[in-house]
Amino acid sequence: MKKIDCRGLSCPEPVIMTKRALKEDSEVAVTVDSRVPMENISRFARALGIEPVIVESDGEWTLTLKK
Amino acid sequence: MTLVKDKRNLILTGVAIGIISVALVLLGNPGNMGFCIACFLRDIAGAVKLQTAGVVQYVRPEIIGLILGSFIISLLKGEFKPRGGSAPITRFFIAFMVMIGALVFLGCPFRMVLRLAAGDLNALVALAGFASGIAIGCYFLSKGFSLGRARTQTKSEGVVLPASTILLFVLFIAVPSIFAFSTSGPGSMHAPIIASLAAGLIVGIMAQRTRMCMVGGIRDVILVKDWTLLGGFIAIFASALVMNIATGKFNLGFAGQPVAHSQHVWNFLGMLVVGLGSALLGGCPLRQLVLAGEGNTDSAVAVLGLIAGAAFAHNFSLASSAYSATSVGGPSIYGKVAVIGSIAILLAIASINTFIKKREA
Repeated sequence: MKKIDCRGLSCPEPVIMTKRALKEDSEVAVTVDSRVPMENISRFARALGIEPVIVESDGEWTLTLKK
Repeated sequence: MTLVKDKRNLILTGVAIGIISVALVLLGNPGNMGFCIACFLRDIAGAVKLQTAGVVQYVRPEIIGLILGSFIISLLKGEFKPRGGSAPITRFFIAFMVMIGALVFLGCPFRMVLRLAAGDLNALVALAGFASGIAIGCYFLSKGFSLGRARTQTKSEGVVLPASTILLFVLFIAVPSIFAFSTSGPGSMHAPIIASLAAGLIVGIMAQRTRMCMVGGIRDVILVKDWTLLGGFIAIFASALVMNIATGKFNLGFAGQPVAHSQHVWNFLGMLVVGLGSALLGGCPLRQLVLAGEGNTDSAVAVLGLIAGAAFAHNFSLASSAYSATSVGGPSIYGKVAVIGSIAILLAIASINTFIKKREA
């Protein structure tokens, strides 16, 4: 599983990084610290037919996407 | 939120924003200028005498409302999270150039949509330039362009810009004599203060909730084939179009449009600067105001860059003049040089933050 850290990055960078990571690995865990990239990555994943598993802790979200 | 719900909320918001925008014109705002982030920040720069073009000076309550609407709703929803430190000075100058581009076209992306909805075909030329600019920005973004990470800031740092807009509004109401106000031209035309403020607050709240962004709409389609944000854009256009036709404000053509000119090359290139610059900033001027309200200090710096750009644009004759009975309007030679220079500088900033940074990493 590929892990990417998108904390502090604003859109669209987290989505682009997620897209790139999904090309390299079938399972990706993305960490973000803001609601907007969390929503955008979720939307991007659902558009691909992937239901993201989202874990929130302490103002950060980790989304696990599995192709 | 599901895909369908996202889209529905954005479309409903867009419809409401289109109606409010045309209503502001009916209440007194200049033609096709229910909202224009560029024009209104420029008018504020004029009111506080950072620029002294007599026809564009007014404290626009819409801007104050937009920032405060976003500020209030983000506080209520627990989304007020001050953060910043992602290349603030670079952002200041990108925003500065975005404003120059907008004032060569005579409108921000928001007003471009409103002009289009009133039949102003010059805005169609500008839209082509805007989309081209975003496409160039997307090229750099897909190659790894980044202005770096933002970090958490203190609450007080995040409150500075919203608080200063409250101060501006209080001074505007209490001691209007300290400001400069246009007695003729677009700056003299405005809806009643309470209507402008309320419109700004409502649109600010809605834009914060839906993350509405004119640049994000086109960008998401290009980068990830996601049409959600663009739906809001199209809804504003459609509802303003219906409103304009219903109230007799629709006039299809290039010539004689309010606060506009038909220098096609410069409408195209001006909005190319806006599209490219905004794509690098991560959002259009409206989105920068909304993010600043959420405590994003990088966006607050961008707002200050927009204001500074407006002041320079008028002090150094970079802004276009509008079509009138005596003039075809358009940018001066200074404005043309500034647009070309801005494109070159933005491409340099984009290249440096895409390719050279990668080598350093």
